[in-house]
Amino acid sequence: MIELENVAYSYGGGELLSDISLKLAPGSFHFLTGPSGSGKTTLMKLCYGALLPTAGHVRLFDRDVRAMTRDDVALLRRRMGVVHQDCQFLDHLTLSQNIALPLHASGRSAEAAGEDLEDLMHWVGLTERSAALPPELSGGERQRAALARAVIMSPDVVLADEPTGNVDWDMSQRLLRLLIELNRMGKTVLVATHDLGLIRATKAHVQARVLRIANRRIQLAGADL
Amino acid sequence: MKGLRAQLVRAFQPDTQADRVVPPSGFTAQLTLFAAGAMAFLAVFALALSLAAGRLAEQWGSELARSATIRIAAPDDQQQAQTNAALRILETTRGVAQARALSNEEQAALLAPWFGAELELDSLPVPRLIEVIETEEGMDAAGLRLRLAAEVPGAMLDDHSRWRAPLVKAASRLKMLGWVSSVLIAAVTAAMVTLAANAALAANAQVISVLRLVGATDDYIARAFIRRFTLRALIGALVGMVLGMIAVLLLPGGEDETASFLTGLGFQGLHWLVPLLIPPLAAAVAFIATRMAARRTLESPT
Ligand SMILES: Nc1ncnc2c1ncn2[C@@H]1O[C@H](COP(=O)(O)OP(=O)(O)O)[C@@H](O)[C@H]1O
Ligand SMILES: [Mg+2]
Repeated sequence: MIELENVAYSYGGGELLSDISLKLAPGSFHFLTGPSGSGKTTLMKLCYGALLPTAGHVRLFDRDVRAMTRDDVALLRRRMGVVHQDCQFLDHLTLSQNIALPLHASGRSAEAAGEDLEDLMHWVGLTERSAALPPELSGGERQRAALARAVIMSPDVVLADEPTGNVDWDMSQRLLRLLIELNRMGKTVLVATHDLGLIRATKAHVQARVLRIANRRIQLAGADL
Repeated sequence: MKGLRAQLVRAFQPDTQADRVVPPSGFTAQLTLFAAGAMAFLAVFALALSLAAGRLAEQWGSELARSATIRIAAPDDQQQAQTNAALRILETTRGVAQARALSNEEQAALLAPWFGAELELDSLPVPRLIEVIETEEGMDAAGLRLRLAAEVPGAMLDDHSRWRAPLVKAASRLKMLGWVSSVLIAAVTAAMVTLAANAALAANAQVISVLRLVGATDDYIARAFIRRFTLRALIGALVGMVLGMIAVLLLPGGEDETASFLTGLGFQGLHWLVPLLIPPLAAAVAFIATRMAARRTLESPT
């Protein structure tokens, strides 16, 4: 569903990523790791069509991103749930309105999905906070809300960029468990994180492959992790 | 085009959730409302000016173009003979529908405003006036003047064109200026809405990026902005138009509609319907301006 072929990317200076080939099979669980600044976020953006590769090909659901219009990318986002590194919300809408936003943007009525929405809020443990405004939320609550928003359209793929970025250990475990659950439901999951401890803790629960960015290239990390 | 129509339809469909997507912006909203109102108010006057000037130009053009006056200034004993001679010439002049010498009473009535009603015409050497009504095709004034000069030495033809032409020209020019002003007002409205929409789009860059992230298409994002500005322009222009029309209604008018240009300023008959076009036009201008502004913003790489 996500396929990169000899992809390179540069923000204008030298190449940040070179010769990256990668194929995410349906139902797989991948971690993407590497030191801060190595290009994890950049690679994630290439994977959800926010950036176009400077060389090579990116194919999402068997379509080359270069051939897609902005609206094609928008339609694609409905099949790919994305949790941004800096999860942003519409600060003037309540949490539940924010989580239902993808439904509305795709022309589905939030009322019809009312029950799903409630289940989802319950699943991420935010039922009590549904009327709160995003600026009133803690870091962990924001991350969970971002995850809920990413999956409300029941996408085939979930991409999460540092979903445990600014939360404590317990909360990061909880978030990871949510992602593992999604994977068990058959969704393809790609999680970018610099936290090796988190990866180790997760590997006991799910068959995850670890991709590491080093020297601008991607390597399949060994079992030594 | 299909997209445009769908957008137009949706711009007026109530959709509270779509409205909520963009945070309310009190101050810009008020400014847009005010600007649309002020422009509509001005547009009412520009239209009143154009329509009144147009009416005047037409009146002066048609009423006076069809008539001319011949003045016979001759010694008393020759006046009647010269008048008859002139009438004979007129009978055989092409383009003259009717010609008739004014009676003493009629001439007295014409002079009364200047000399008072008690004037004894007989005691004064007043020239005789002949009123000439032209046919549709009009007459050859220069040719008539030549024939009169040859046969009726005391005759002076005044076909009114000397003083009429500049008036008609001025009225036509005023009418044109009124229309130019209307177009300028529409253009300024477009410019202001564009500025306001650009400001709103820039202020809501984060909203736009969040909407993109959750899979909103360009149309969906643009819609929230388009709706706002279209409705604001419509409401503002409606208020401005009503106030403008009230102001025109309250203008003091003369009893005689041809009395003067100033008292004739305003709308007559069906022309009262013309300003009703202002609010929908303002909304259309705002719709197009916001749509273009949104297009530009959404197409620029982020
Ligand atoms: N929009 C941008 N323009 C220019 N340079 C950028 C931009 N975004 C990221 N970078 C640079 O690219 C490098 C990789 O960034 P990023 O992909 O965010 O890394 P990571 O997520 O692994 O920390 C960094 O050096 C960063 O400064
Ligand atoms: Mg990053």
